[in-house]
Amino acid sequence: MNAAPMLSVSQLSVSYGAINAVCDLSLEIPQGGIVTLLGGNGAGKTTTLHTLSGLLRPKSGRVTFCGEDITRLPPHQIVARGLSHVPEGRMVFANLSVAENLAMGAFLQTDKALVAETREHIFALFPRLKERLRQTAGTLSGGEQQMLAIGRALMGCPKFLMLDEPSLGIAPRLITTIFEKIVEINRTQGITILLVEQNANLALEISSYGYVLETGHIVCQGPSRDLRQNPQLKAAYLGG
Amino acid sequence: MTEFLQQLINGLSLGAIYALLALGYTMVYGVLRFINFAHADVFMVGSFAGYYLGRLVPGGTLWGGLAVLAAAMIACALLGVLIERLAYRPLRGGPTLNVLITAIGVSLLLQYSGQIIFGATPRTFPQLFPVAQFHLGRVGISSNQIVVIVVAPLLIAGLQLVVFKTRMGMAMRAVSLNLKAAQLVGVNINTVISFTFALGSALAAAGGILYSMNYPSIDPLMGVMPGLKAFTAAILGGIGSLPGAALGGLILGGAETFVGGSQFSTYKDAIAFGILIVILLLRPAGLLGRWTAEKI
Repeated sequence: MNAAPMLSVSQLSVSYGAINAVCDLSLEIPQGGIVTLLGGNGAGKTTTLHTLSGLLRPKSGRVTFCGEDITRLPPHQIVARGLSHVPEGRMVFANLSVAENLAMGAFLQTDKALVAETREHIFALFPRLKERLRQTAGTLSGGEQQMLAIGRALMGCPKFLMLDEPSLGIAPRLITTIFEKIVEINRTQGITILLVEQNANLALEISSYGYVLETGHIVCQGPSRDLRQNPQLKAAYLGG
Repeated sequence: MTEFLQQLINGLSLGAIYALLALGYTMVYGVLRFINFAHADVFMVGSFAGYYLGRLVPGGTLWGGLAVLAAAMIACALLGVLIERLAYRPLRGGPTLNVLITAIGVSLLLQYSGQIIFGATPRTFPQLFPVAQFHLGRVGISSNQIVVIVVAPLLIAGLQLVVFKTRMGMAMRAVSLNLKAAQLVGVNINTVISFTFALGSALAAAGGILYSMNYPSIDPLMGVMPGLKAFTAAILGGIGSLPGAALGGLILGGAETFVGGSQFSTYKDAIAFGILIVILLLRPAGLLGRWTAEKI
């Protein structure tokens, strides 16, 4: 890492009442990279992302994005700075059509030409969305909803994309497609990616660096190549 | 037949007022998932605003009536925003029950502050708009009813435009569909919630004035019964649904008027609530409401 990291989190702690969900978490994500945050259920992965995007307030710690302290900004101001979050469970607007969902993604965009152009990029990335343009989002399959959720986030022209368990609850055949698209988004559009996953094998394959979270603490970190060889990790997450 | 048409006109004008009030309940429920019990009392404040402002303009003129209506709507929009800011926002993120109980508290606060400020004695609402009585055959319709039948649908149509054609309306719909997802696409939920309260409260004020023009005895507890009816209308139509609230208001207003004009008039409220029970048994989500099951 030569330049300053795009996103840096230092000593972040988040709690729900008396329960500490995340303790003293620090991480750094370089511009243009794909970094993954691994961990089992309840490790604090989603809590971390929610705090980064402003949905939750941390108890202490600091989040710096492109050199600016964004720790206590409300979510809409964080999105406006180019940090987008594709939430767990996709959270598409179920009653709205695919087209309307994408239009919502461009809520903060004022340049109509740019919005139309971004939409075409997304259709090139996920042709399925173009075919289903008029369909109600709630009736899409899990994989298609995931594509829509990613597409919606991309409509905001982010510099940084956080994906929360994009493989969760979708057909295995589509998981590979989604992961290929994530790599494509990173390579062709230069969008930095933070990928939260339980599917450690896949996540480590496409990322360059990984952090492992257990009950709110980072227990292990390193280049993804090394993590894949880590015996402890193999036993716990990689199926031996 | 004459009797039927007469009751239809009466029912429409009452129903249109219930619809205006029901829209406020349903909009707040849509974005915050709780019933704002203080809404009925904003209706009352709207009526009193009309009472006091009505003294400042010459009575019985069209411009005077419209000016009072607009001023009362603005005043109540501010009151609605203030109520949300002071009473509900600090509780956001906590259990909905807390907000619900607070709403009942705010309702009582407005009612009894009203008794201190305006006095408990009923007052006679002034004649804001020009008065005339028209006859279509043997069916009579008063100018006040015409004002209701014209103004209420215009306001409802205006609301539809705001919700479906503006950026703020788009944000309101996003918030009502998924609060978190709306924030993640960049919607400022505080602005949306304040706007929703402003819009709902302005409609309540209009409802209060239109209601008082046709039932001109006003007092600080006057909101209770229309509020309950409008709340019922919102549930009946499907809480969270704007066309549902309008439809529910018309059904309830119509039913109440028809029963009130029949030999069972004593039971008019019982029958209104009876309709609610029957419809909810048959369609638990209300007439136009739907339970949305999201695929996980």
